[in-house]
Amino acid sequence: MAKLFAVTIIVIAILSAIPILRHTWWMAEDISTHGAPIDEQMSETMAEAGISFLASQFILAGFIWKFSNTRSDEKVKNFPGGAKAMVWAAVLLVGTEVLALGVFGVKAWANVYFTPPSANAMPIQVQSGQFAFYFRYPGPDGKFGPIHADRISEATQNFYGLDTDHDQDSKDDIVTAQMAIPVNREIHLLMHTKDVGHSFFVPELRVQQDFVPGLDLTLHFTATKVGRYEIVCTQLCGLGHYNMKAYLSVLSQQDFDDWLKKQAALQ
Amino acid sequence: MHDMSKHEAVAHHAPTSFIAKHIFSLDHKVIGKQYYGLALLAALVGMGLSWLMRLHLGWTSLAIPGLQLLTKNGAPGNVMTPEFYLQLMTMHATIMVFFVLTTAPFAAFGNYFLPIQVGAEDMPFPHFNMMSFWVTFVAFLVLVSSFFVGQGPTLGGWTQYAPLSAIGEVGGPGEGTGVVLWAISIGLFCVGQLLGALNFITTTLDMRTRGMSLWRLPLSAWAWFITSCMGLTAFAVLMPACILLILDHVAGTSFFVPGNIVINDQMQPHSGGSTLLWQHLFWFFGHPEVYIAIVPGMGIVSHVLITNMRKPMLSHRVLVYSMGALAVLSYMVYGHHMFVSGMNPVSSLAFSFPTLVITIPSTILVLIWLGSLYGAKLRINAASLFGLGFISMFISGGVSGFFLAQPSTDIMLHATYFVVGHFHMVMGVAAMFGIFAGTYFWFPKMFGRMMNETLGKVHFWLSFVGAYAIFMPFHYLGLAGNVRRYQAFTPDYMQPLIPLHRFITVSALITGAAQLVFLYNLIHSRFRGEPATDNPWQATSLEWSTPTTPPPHNNFGDKLPVVYHDPYQYGVEGSVGDYVMQTSPEKVKTASDEA
Repeated sequence: MAKLFAVTIIVIAILSAIPILRHTWWMAEDISTHGAPIDEQMSETMAEAGISFLASQFILAGFIWKFSNTRSDEKVKNFPGGAKAMVWAAVLLVGTEVLALGVFGVKAWANVYFTPPSANAMPIQVQSGQFAFYFRYPGPDGKFGPIHADRISEATQNFYGLDTDHDQDSKDDIVTAQMAIPVNREIHLLMHTKDVGHSFFVPELRVQQDFVPGLDLTLHFTATKVGRYEIVCTQLCGLGHYNMKAYLSVLSQQDFDDWLKKQAALQ
Repeated sequence: MHDMSKHEAVAHHAPTSFIAKHIFSLDHKVIGKQYYGLALLAALVGMGLSWLMRLHLGWTSLAIPGLQLLTKNGAPGNVMTPEFYLQLMTMHATIMVFFVLTTAPFAAFGNYFLPIQVGAEDMPFPHFNMMSFWVTFVAFLVLVSSFFVGQGPTLGGWTQYAPLSAIGEVGGPGEGTGVVLWAISIGLFCVGQLLGALNFITTTLDMRTRGMSLWRLPLSAWAWFITSCMGLTAFAVLMPACILLILDHVAGTSFFVPGNIVINDQMQPHSGGSTLLWQHLFWFFGHPEVYIAIVPGMGIVSHVLITNMRKPMLSHRVLVYSMGALAVLSYMVYGHHMFVSGMNPVSSLAFSFPTLVITIPSTILVLIWLGSLYGAKLRINAASLFGLGFISMFISGGVSGFFLAQPSTDIMLHATYFVVGHFHMVMGVAAMFGIFAGTYFWFPKMFGRMMNETLGKVHFWLSFVGAYAIFMPFHYLGLAGNVRRYQAFTPDYMQPLIPLHRFITVSALITGAAQLVFLYNLIHSRFRGEPATDNPWQATSLEWSTPTTPPPHNNFGDKLPVVYHDPYQYGVEGSVGDYVMQTSPEKVKTASDEA
């Protein structure tokens, strides 16, 4: 039975690795300018985790195969290097591994979070609420009008609580249920929630960021490929969580301008 | 050293009435068995809930016969509503994490065997011990009662993120009364754990018998001791967090709810609270909790494997230091749950490094286990199979931790099934395997009968292969961006993943059914198993030198044992057999500790 067990461990380890190696189920194609280091980090981590996984499972299987049900007159032996070898192996091998991952990972993270958006990044606001996203474009004046939480109303479709009668900046604001952005243009996303916590996840864009009640958070990114993608909520927000999503259309500048004009006419 | 005569003077007498003996018992062994029974009941409920969830995830519009009985309006026509799915999910996680993974390996086995392994008659505070169980039992009842009250249990997930958890029924079904009952239950659970931890710590430090130095404690006893130190600090943080959460519901406070929250077009009457405060408090408990669930398993598995390898681990001390390092580091890494929470991105890096560093003691543990197998005379039985399965699972679940430890890769995997696969393997299945290893190993001592080995092996094979079939694909789903906590997969890009979900569902049903083999074996062996000898595994530690099996009320009869040796004198030369018990005055050439 020990040998069967050893073989089972090896078979399971190999079967587990195949879909990873073949990318049977894998991350969506990256369409962001900042995503390459993240993907690289993912591949490096996968290589290191994969080697650790296969090596340890194989050693486990090998030792089970070799050292089970030994003859009764045989004496137990000790691993020649003893515990010291194990401690050194762990500290040196894994220590170096995690140090390398950590240091390179900082770079990938810093790309996203420590570099401020450029001055000409296009501001778009996103508001999350149970169970929809609403997007706001500032209109020709380039300014967002103030939000009045007490005026927020699904019933009157005043999703942002705008007071267009009194607030000059709100008058030309464009509020939409789907998001569109021009390709190859940096977007500065201003995030807030009207109720509980939500999250903004676009796998292709390599961004995921929670909406936190009481905090105004931002993201910035540039999409490099025209297409239609999905924005999904990843923070449990209530019974409709699974259905909280919106489409993100990455358009050519011309198509985007047309789209925005059309949306403005609908306000 | 402590005064031995004092202990002997307080020797307590065996109770005679049924209630004092079996219900409100002060005997740590009975309390241990009560905890085990509670964990077993909770595991069955938790597993049943997971079956329902998996069926629904595979076939969303499936009518599950009888589902209506569980809920007032959560299953019209026996088809699960979105909110009822989330309620089942929340209850599954809460029950499994608290009432199974914390209760069985730590409170059940620890209660039964820690006092015996240190050579004591009982724990120092038997009344606290009894209270600890009964408070935990009430906590379980309170949690389950939420199925039958108001709009059912909370749907907010076991993490109960605010403000969803703090704004009341307006946030969703079960977010009012359901959350309050959840918080009362978990608050009570904390009280039970704190009382238990207090007892475990004092038992280890003050109740050791003559000759039992700290380094002569078996690894299982060390693991329980380390775990109780973690429990004392972690549950002490969760309890006040639960109290504040209850106050947000019943006293009109706003600890976790900021102002300007609009739900159903209504401004909520809250202001000034912080949602991140809840996350910090919760994860300051939550991450140590992961180790509270797994460290006892590490100790139990080491203990079981040593006996079945017929040799000690490469280094007793290095294993103890590594478990200690896990405990200390577990408080410094909790922020890795919050990389995308809006916490300052510099903090994310600060939490990332200790998280990566914690892989070092984990790796040391694995390498010591593997290295110790070298040159062993490994006996293959149900207990050792589960012990070895534990190592395999711990490796598999451990390596996926590399991805979640780094903020940059976590961007892609946070809140996906990758995380679900990771923690189910590393703390769920691994800890369950630890519980199974402990059960097959200690059952003869606890009940005086052997468990059926053949059924044990069947149970092992189905569980081992089944657990991989369920939880390995979770990682693939996560890589493909499959978000967790969805009752149905509506986004377009998740459609191709549904067949994989169905495969997982089928695997889960089969693996779950295999647990019924264990249940049958447990009940059958309790009454019909082969009678066990005092030391069926030829083991060395004190639980195997009790005068009777099961041990008498005061564990060691008239006289407490005296300890002469390190705990694991196996493979000893020049002795009768290949082992020397801790109580044997025989002089041996000891296999000295290398570290």
